[in-house]
Amino acid sequence: MKEWFADLSKKFMLCFIDKGYWKWLVEGFRNSLVITFFAIIIGFVFGVVLATIRSSYDKNEETLKLRGGLGYWLLKIVNAISKIYITVVRGVPVVVQLMLWYFVILVSQDNGVIVAIVAFGFNSAAYVAEIFRGGIMSVDNGQFEAGRSLGFGYVRTMVHIIIPQAVKTVLPTLLNEVIALLKETSVAGYVGIMDLTKAGDLIRGRTFEAFMPLFAVAIIYLLTVIILTAVFTSIERRLRKSER
Amino acid sequence: MNDKVLIHVEGLKKHYLGGKVKALDGIDCDIHQGEVLVIIGPSGSGKSTFLRSLNLLEIPTGGKIVFDGHDITDPKTNINLHRRKMGMVFQHFNLFPNMTILKNMTIAPMKLLKKSKAEAEKKATELLERVGLADRANSYPSQLSGGQKQRVAIVRALCMEPEVMLFDEPTSALDPEMVGEVLDVMKELAHEGMTMAVVTHEMGFAKEVATRVIFMDGGKILEEGTPDEIFSNPQNPRTKDFLSKVIV
Repeated sequence: MKEWFADLSKKFMLCFIDKGYWKWLVEGFRNSLVITFFAIIIGFVFGVVLATIRSSYDKNEETLKLRGGLGYWLLKIVNAISKIYITVVRGVPVVVQLMLWYFVILVSQDNGVIVAIVAFGFNSAAYVAEIFRGGIMSVDNGQFEAGRSLGFGYVRTMVHIIIPQAVKTVLPTLLNEVIALLKETSVAGYVGIMDLTKAGDLIRGRTFEAFMPLFAVAIIYLLTVIILTAVFTSIERRLRKSER
Repeated sequence: MNDKVLIHVEGLKKHYLGGKVKALDGIDCDIHQGEVLVIIGPSGSGKSTFLRSLNLLEIPTGGKIVFDGHDITDPKTNINLHRRKMGMVFQHFNLFPNMTILKNMTIAPMKLLKKSKAEAEKKATELLERVGLADRANSYPSQLSGGQKQRVAIVRALCMEPEVMLFDEPTSALDPEMVGEVLDVMKELAHEGMTMAVVTHEMGFAKEVATRVIFMDGGKILEEGTPDEIFSNPQNPRTKDFLSKVIV
């Protein structure tokens, strides 16, 4: 038993302390967080826009047809584009998308982290869009009519009245997406970005120790997810105040 | 009441399925300023559709609506500007559940009329006081009874200082003992000279407050007149039949 502990601490020193490899983990973790954070922002904003377009079309096709004019055709076209976008992004593996961004679309951009933010952001947008569309469709139509009857235009009704309510309903599902995104960034190493997973892997390559670095990486992901869950739960609780 | 026509409706139609279903089938009607128009009729008669067409929550398939001199059925008209002047009260209240009562009432004046927060809240508080709900300003809708919710819905619409108020079965979703408090607010409003169009099953309210009653069935106006004419001496057989079945 004592021997086992001694061996363990020796390996720990070797993997993280002796040559300062812990700094790699810190840098990798920082990159993973930066990518996740900004990708979520892109995904959220763009996803909400897509969801608004999709649900507007689904909800108002009949009415718009009657009013006719340019608006109807514009929405029809934008809706079709959104649908194609969502289908493509959800149908292509995220690693492939990442490589497409890195080696094809943004080939002139050297900063891998930025490419990863863009790639994961626009990937996530497609998922957020579908989550949000469900949320928007679940808000009672009477809310919409109340907003319109007060004089809010379509977009302003969405922004001021419908989307805040939709956010509340989709928050648990949105948390899932954030967690999934954080873990998906672990493939960033494919295009040479030093993320948390890559850092662990580099240590493994240098030390020929697999257990210690991979275990550390796993623990860091796990703890991050636990903290994220706690944060979301508290936000949810605060938002639910109005439903007492 | 004066002679100014506030809403002029001409040949209003709402057809579905290419004309197979006619929710509204040629409605002609003028609503004068200061008038309290009560619309009655069996369910499915088109009375709610008619009311909801007045602020284009339902888009008519034919005819026109002129509000305050503007043809609002013209697609080029900015309906949002005109809706501000047409308050609406719904059967199911449709208060915003994620906002306090005060926020419910101030959001539209602040965002649309660019009123300051203080100004909007002052007006909202005054109105809440008038309907006896000043102490609930910071409550959420879920903490209110049905009657209280509907009173808030009425004053929320009043915060926009509308020229006409549209009521779509405002008491139908209420427990019986709460109907009175909502009708009282509506009566007060009528006495102050507010132009109102009310779809309701409350015949007592119609008798007491209406300046004119319209009976609708099958998407058409079958009879109209003063409450006295309609309730005491209906001419149309459908009106007679309907009134004999409802408790007046």
